Amino acid sequence: MIRKFFKSVFLIDLFQGLWVTFRNQDPKRIYTEQYPADRPKVSERYRGAPRLNINPDNGETLCISCNLCALACPETLIVVTSERSEVTRRKELTTFIYDTSRCMFCGLCEDACPVDALELTQDFELASYTREGAIWDRQMLEEGPKPTQYRC
Amino acid sequence: MPDATFLDATELVINMGPQHPSTHGVLRVILKLDGEKVIGTECVIGYLHRGVEKIGENRTYQQFAPYVDRMDYIAAVSNALGYCLAVEKLLNIEAPPRAQAVRVILSELNRIASHLFWLGTHALDIGAITPVFYCLREREEILKIFENYCGARLTTHAFRVGGLQYETYDGFEEETRKFCDWLIPKVDEYETLLTNNRIWLSRLKGVGVLTADECKEYGVTGPVLRAAGVKWDLRKAQPYSGYEQYDFDIPTAENGDTYDRYTVRMEEMRQSTRILRQAVERIPSGPIMGKVPKVVKPAVGEVYVSIEAPKGELGYFIVSDNSTQPYRMRVRPPSFVNLQALDRMVRGGLVADVVAIIGTLDIVLGEVDR
Repeated sequence: MIRKFFKSVFLIDLFQGLWVTFRNQDPKRIYTEQYPADRPKVSERYRGAPRLNINPDNGETLCISCNLCALACPETLIVVTSERSEVTRRKELTTFIYDTSRCMFCGLCEDACPVDALELTQDFELASYTREGAIWDRQMLEEGPKPTQYRC
Repeated sequence: MPDATFLDATELVINMGPQHPSTHGVLRVILKLDGEKVIGTECVIGYLHRGVEKIGENRTYQQFAPYVDRMDYIAAVSNALGYCLAVEKLLNIEAPPRAQAVRVILSELNRIASHLFWLGTHALDIGAITPVFYCLREREEILKIFENYCGARLTTHAFRVGGLQYETYDGFEEETRKFCDWLIPKVDEYETLLTNNRIWLSRLKGVGVLTADECKEYGVTGPVLRAAGVKWDLRKAQPYSGYEQYDFDIPTAENGDTYDRYTVRMEEMRQSTRILRQAVERIPSGPIMGKVPKVVKPAVGEVYVSIEAPKGELGYFIVSDNSTQPYRMRVRPPSFVNLQALDRMVRGGLVADVVAIIGTLDIVLGEVDR
């Protein structure tokens, strides 16, 4: 009883809390990231901007136009068109359109791809000035986004 | 709705929300006040309605999995767990033991993340600004584990029907263990900040009392029910995904007021770390994906599977008509059901208590409106 009275008169409960707050003022405990200056290092499996991989040796696309990614996509935002080549008798990719404005980066297209042509990469800066800019064509998918770099 | 046309001179009908920051989203509460006393409320919901159930009926079983993450976006992993278990039961398959263990680890991490987020925002509503920064700092560590594991932080899409898509990364166990060791002192720190704080006590003690019988009448589940003294946790009552192997207690309290709900959730965080420690020690080896056909086409039938999400009982009711898409998809979200008790809890209280009670119910409007 006396202890309780002592505690309430000398505001022990409040000072204990303030001591916790004080300890956390330590500059070693800063967790804020200074974003454009230090860019966050996202994990290896990060699901960000889509990329259509090309064969590094000859620059040809890896995509075999099987259309599985378009079928797997819940939002049906991938459009793949192809035509049968007269020479090789194989399907050749003509256009590949990926609407990133509707994409929720679930990764189902990436899982569906049998040749690892379509991949969600670690690029996370997808902002665009126009709505049309968010609809990526084959060239954009192969090159990847080019976010503005800031000097800090 | 209390009839607005017959008001006494002292009575007043005001809108709280949908843009009120303490309604945790877009909840609109119409309050009928007598001075500062609340004499009636009505919740207007649906501002975040996206038709998730209807989307589920127009997607294949695998395609719907990313959408369930967007209902309760604070605890996306638990949503996915419930959905995957429901479809697996419909298909009559079971995830391999390794997948089950990893699922338990991720959903317990998510429970801690959800409770941390709840604690921060609830304290912020009450007027304690400091805990929210600390809570989000700890939550960040969980989100880092999620990002390393499945590549997304919030809407994870971590589980697939039949198991897992991703194998655990190197250091998954180590990071989880380190997180458990790190969290417990932090939870003690929050307790130092809040548990005995006189402002916290006077704002929460005896506010928004919901007795055990009332909880059962309203169908309230989760920490709100346990704070009223009912020892009901689906992880113990009907174990799923291998929860029966782990040793943990169900924290309960007696009075069913806002303060008790706070203590129950704090204790739940500690119990979750206990489960995590056990689960990390014994992740069995083996495959992570069960035998699931490429085209999921369950036989005609219906299934209801419920799990203990951080906010209460989360259930999925799926009717299959032997096609690739469900015939009917129904979600029983804990937040929606718990919100029904709001009127009972705030009646007779003060306007300031409404903020505390909405906070303590731990609703997520994405889940209420779906």
